[in-house]
Amino acid sequence: MKRNFAVSGSLLLTALAMPASAKDMAVAAGAGAQERLQEALILAEPGDVVTLGEGRFELTDGLSLDVAGVTVRGAGPDKSVLSFKGQLAAGEGLLVTSDNVVLRDFAVEDSKGDAIKSKGADNIVYHNIRVEWTGGPKETNGAYGIYPVESQNVLIDSVLVIGASDAGIYVGQSRNIIVRDSVARFNVAGIEIENSFDADVHDNVATKNTGGILVFDLPNLPQQGGHNVRVFDNLVVENDTPNFAPKGNIVASVPTGTGVMVMANRDIEIFDNVFDGNGSSNIMIIGYRQKFDDAKYQPMVRNVRISDNAHGKTGFAPRFDGGEMLAAAFGGTVPPIIWDGVGGADANVYSSDDVPVLNLGMTKSDQPIDTAQPALAKLAGDAAPKLPKIVMPEAMEAAIR
Amino acid sequence: MKRWGVLGAVAAAALLAGALPDPASVNDSAIIEPAFPRKLSEFRFFAGPGATRPTPALVAYSLRTPLFSDYAEKQRFVYVPDGERISADGRGRLAFPVGSALIKTFGYGNGKAFRPIETRVLLRRANGWEALPYVWNADLSDADLKVAGTRLPVTLTLSDGTSTQISYAVPNKNQCKECHSSSGNIVPIGPIAANMEIAPTSAAAFRARIDWAGSPIRADGPVWNDPATGSLDQRARAYLMVNCAHCHNPTGSASNSGLFLDADAGSSRTALGIYKRPVAAGRGSGGHEFAIEPGQPARSIMIHRMASTEPGVAMPEVGRSLVHEEGVALIRQWISSLPAD
Repeated sequence: MKRNFAVSGSLLLTALAMPASAKDMAVAAGAGAQERLQEALILAEPGDVVTLGEGRFELTDGLSLDVAGVTVRGAGPDKSVLSFKGQLAAGEGLLVTSDNVVLRDFAVEDSKGDAIKSKGADNIVYHNIRVEWTGGPKETNGAYGIYPVESQNVLIDSVLVIGASDAGIYVGQSRNIIVRDSVARFNVAGIEIENSFDADVHDNVATKNTGGILVFDLPNLPQQGGHNVRVFDNLVVENDTPNFAPKGNIVASVPTGTGVMVMANRDIEIFDNVFDGNGSSNIMIIGYRQKFDDAKYQPMVRNVRISDNAHGKTGFAPRFDGGEMLAAAFGGTVPPIIWDGVGGADANVYSSDDVPVLNLGMTKSDQPIDTAQPALAKLAGDAAPKLPKIVMPEAMEAAIR
Repeated sequence: MKRWGVLGAVAAAALLAGALPDPASVNDSAIIEPAFPRKLSEFRFFAGPGATRPTPALVAYSLRTPLFSDYAEKQRFVYVPDGERISADGRGRLAFPVGSALIKTFGYGNGKAFRPIETRVLLRRANGWEALPYVWNADLSDADLKVAGTRLPVTLTLSDGTSTQISYAVPNKNQCKECHSSSGNIVPIGPIAANMEIAPTSAAAFRARIDWAGSPIRADGPVWNDPATGSLDQRARAYLMVNCAHCHNPTGSASNSGLFLDADAGSSRTALGIYKRPVAAGRGSGGHEFAIEPGQPARSIMIHRMASTEPGVAMPEVGRSLVHEEGVALIRQWISSLPAD
């Protein structure tokens, strides 16, 4: 007896040390969805799955999740729909501020601000999610569709974002990032990696945006000095939606018809992509062109390697200052690759793609375009990719297998 | 003083009710234990009805410059367990011992007409602060925990005498944290010595319980709408500190914005917003280039967002459905006064 007692005592101790066993918290669509869903997101414990039923969840306020290790899972991106059409407050539809969260198989529609934001949320997985502003591209749509920021280990897989007035998929001030197998269309920027380190953007489709894929760095932010970003195996075609970003935002300066744009980053690789139908340019490599007050900020681009991309029709409708003049000077279209030329040979900007490159011949990133010295150029050098592949912690990949 | 009008009424009610038994002492275990009490009455903070007749251990205070919350009246109390002490850092930010509570009741109407809507409590537990919102029931006999928040129709009278109906938002537990967050932990916002006016009858005793880092800091911070208490710059900065800096600081919910309006603001004028371009503002930019364009309030994103009630544009993001016209006027005046480059 005594021995048995000791055994059950140790079992009890084990049970106390473990988190309560994971449970499913089912939330149905329908009346009272706001309070019922929000309550589940608050009362969930690590390991729990909050399961969204089929149907429309008509929400009046932003939702938020602040419990680590929770999965929010719907019945599919066309079946479980969080609609924020009647939203009365909050800066986003769904806000996640805890680590090890998996968001999958649901849709967010018509949020007044950003759709899904995760801030300081490490090891976050977005999978099989649709974000859409259902009225099409409009300046009054929310800024970002999928918006992880200040996070380490970000996996965005098989999402679809339509209609963001800034970027469809935006990763900011984060490190170790994968954006893959996703579709961005009718956004100002399809996919944007900003002030971030170590990112792979691959096997995505960016089409009908103003600009397909942007890799930017901005001054006066807690994390800056963006670097080590690989953009490969993407289909970047027909990005021809006129820029509808509200003025003042950096993406408002992206020319309609841009394929990939790299600004103020270093160690960037662009390879094995398919470009076609981008009226301004397929690949644009430029420095930060606005006035800034930040001694720590590096506005120029360095160490770019461009290789093995397929370039279809491009440069036929340049929508940037001096574009038409440049097109006229270079045989009717602007070359598919444009570099501002800042830093000269020391910038180590290389391309082995078999297409013309336009070097704007600038000496400063913020130089007015009318003082540029544009000329066709060869960007000879070792353009082969060499950055390591980005790897997520195994549990994150396992969560969506 | 107007600020004490409501509390005076509470005190009067307490006197009138003197024949009744004293409210029981505070239920310390409800504050400390990890559970979420379902009813506000479990704490035994108030004898009622509503949030009247606070137990004598509660100390009433007000803020010289408060956070705007749709013109709601707020009754604030702090509770510190008997015999425990409070410490203050060099800036006068108070740190409370385990078992303490901050209790804030929101409602409308002055004096006897005051009707509470909700009471929010911040509980200092062993592993940090816990924030819980309670909504008063119709007969004010108790308030129920609403972890998911709620919305209530409220009719209120504005200073010009007109009345308006709003959808008053009781924050959910996470929204409490969105504002009360520092590096992912919940922290109180209000209790900063210079901004915290303790009820006169309790002030000496309360301040005697504070261990100061340096010399004691007086409650003489700027009152945002009283020019006798500070310059335009001081009052505007105090207003931004209380209304914005709980998120807009390097460890707060808006850390990624790079717009920092906390006590350290001014170390970089760009961080304070001057000629600072938007990062993730989206349509919140209103088409303007800078958070603050000196001399040009109408071209400053800060004014555009403070003067908006649209979600996605409005700042702060939660806690108001009306524009604080007087606050916007102050910041407009301040931006007008800033010299352009």
